[in-house]
Amino acid sequence: MSEPEPEVKTIHVEALARVEGEGALRVRLRGDKVEDVQLEIYEPPRFFEALLAGRSWLEAPDITARICGICPVAYQMSAVHALEQVAGVEVDGQLGALRRLLYCGEWIESHALHVFMLHAPDFFGCADAIELAKTQRVWVEKGLRIRRAGNAILALLGGRAIHPINVRVGGFYRTPTRAELEPLVPQLTGARDEALESLEWLSGLDFPEVEGDWELVALVHPDEYPMIRGRLGSTHGLDLHVDDFEEHLIEAHVEHSTALHATLAGRGPYLTGPLARFALNHERLGPLAADAARRAGLRGPTRNPFRSILVRMVEVVQALDDALGVIAGYVQPPRPHLDPAPRAGIGRAATEAPRGTLLHRYELDAAGTILTARIMPPTSQNQPSIEADLVRVVEAFAGELDDAALTWRCEQAVRNHDPCISCATHFLKLELERLP
Amino acid sequence: MSDRPKLAVWKFASCDGCQLSVLDTEELLLLAERVEISHFLEVTRAVVAGPYDISIVEGSVTTAHDAERIREIRASSRALITVGACATAGGIQALRNFGDVEEYRRVVYARPDWIETLATSTAIAEHVTVDYELRGCPVTTRQLEEVLGAFLAGRRPAIPAYSACVPCKRQGTVCVTVAHGTPCLGPITQAGCGTICPKYTRGCYGCFGPSESPNTAALAAQAQELGVERPELVRLLRSFNADAEAFREESKRHE
Repeated sequence: MSEPEPEVKTIHVEALARVEGEGALRVRLRGDKVEDVQLEIYEPPRFFEALLAGRSWLEAPDITARICGICPVAYQMSAVHALEQVAGVEVDGQLGALRRLLYCGEWIESHALHVFMLHAPDFFGCADAIELAKTQRVWVEKGLRIRRAGNAILALLGGRAIHPINVRVGGFYRTPTRAELEPLVPQLTGARDEALESLEWLSGLDFPEVEGDWELVALVHPDEYPMIRGRLGSTHGLDLHVDDFEEHLIEAHVEHSTALHATLAGRGPYLTGPLARFALNHERLGPLAADAARRAGLRGPTRNPFRSILVRMVEVVQALDDALGVIAGYVQPPRPHLDPAPRAGIGRAATEAPRGTLLHRYELDAAGTILTARIMPPTSQNQPSIEADLVRVVEAFAGELDDAALTWRCEQAVRNHDPCISCATHFLKLELERLP
Repeated sequence: MSDRPKLAVWKFASCDGCQLSVLDTEELLLLAERVEISHFLEVTRAVVAGPYDISIVEGSVTTAHDAERIREIRASSRALITVGACATAGGIQALRNFGDVEEYRRVVYARPDWIETLATSTAIAEHVTVDYELRGCPVTTRQLEEVLGAFLAGRRPAIPAYSACVPCKRQGTVCVTVAHGTPCLGPITQAGCGTICPKYTRGCYGCFGPSESPNTAALAAQAQELGVERPELVRLLRSFNADAEAFREESKRHE
């Protein structure tokens, strides 16, 4: 007599919650073995690369910001750096420092949103932060205050928190005076103290034991925790100039997703984001963030995706510390921007969006009209690795969790990576199918 | 069961920025005391079945499936409020309405046949009756609070439809057109953003859409006097509210 076929089960989450944008998840199980996983991105495509063609290069920062309302500054920063490369200018000194300050604002607000509103509720079995606030109100309120501190930087320096208007090719439309930046100092200092307390609170959570074997990819810079500059490095020896990214990061179109899937040529899936940045750059954290990481139990790189919540909080401490450093050393530059002249050519740039590396490439004509554009958002790069994580999580927990708990755990496995589906639509439902 | 009004937030083609403004409204925790948040995927996995007292809709209609979905949402909502340039005018993705969507599909995707999309990106009001349209790319939390407060109190929202020049003058901001010769859409754009761009010495790019009775022809003539060439003028009128009627029609006159 042959053994009975194991039971088939399907986990299906039709509309994933607490992620940015819309997608679904489908997992098919035979016994405890995963047969198939699909992260479906059904966010309708908006065709940004196509609609940029024919626009002026000066419009790119405002247009690409609209790809994502959570991380518009990332789009603006990758855009201006790629375009300035075409023009052959480098924006550094105090203008470069102000760009880092603006980007710190976005890391703080985006990470605080994810840590306290989207990710933390899972660890307490709560549907959302509102339910979490019934037992953990003091922490949710701290999270909201940290988020407001990030938004305050964006509003002051960018004009507004969502889709800032003050970023331009060559610098800014207007730079703040020192006196205008000063009032941020007490708010950022308070937020930094609350971020340190929050990290201690988060380090006491129960983390499911799972480890990912992903190749971790992030910008690496000898002098700083990477945000705006650096080479592309990995845990498996990748070391690339950003100009060469198209030969090594390959995008493919798969049928279940309006997000393109990226892989490393000849090596397979990889993961960008906080886990990767921390693994490759933790030695370049400032003393305060480095010490906080150690006290939170992060003595080196972590491969447990559930612990990404700790790494995000370390990065919040780093960004608040960095922002205070920029303000302390600020001298208003004589002019708000350089005046780069357009010229024909191709420019590429990568910056570290809160959820991972964001690559842009533009081809311009001599008048500065965009001929072609290419944008690789972090979530489309991470999608194959997130699917691989789901296989690991389902196989690790299918035996001990019932279907409802397993489905929730799968959702959490996706939220571990803070996917931004609005960005990645060239991306998520959860369906768990258990086969007999 | 709760006797608070049921609030639902829905997403169509968009960047999530306006939903984020809902989240930042008067603090989510306070909002949650006034309404029962019944469907808001960005914030919660808990979903309460309709009907809903107030539905807030972000994003534009770009797929046949979404054209059907908005009809179902309308049918289960007592009041339906659209928020942001995508929901009220089609958004930046409505640039396809002036071009060839087949070309767009080929530029971005290796297998265009796997991508389901309509030839146009359209405002929600082109598909269903909308009770209130709140403008902006993105909307401001202040205006959103006013609109939500008004609907909860059963009154009309007090949102001015006059041009951005009104508050700009009132605040004493230096006019970028008069002082620096910078083209500015302020005279034909609805107020509400806080007239940020002129305060940062740049021209308004129209992200709140057309004001009431905008004199677009006069604005176009003035821009040309300032040396704006026709292709640039068309681009200026065609950004985040490209398919709002007044901006669309004026842009066509300069193609």
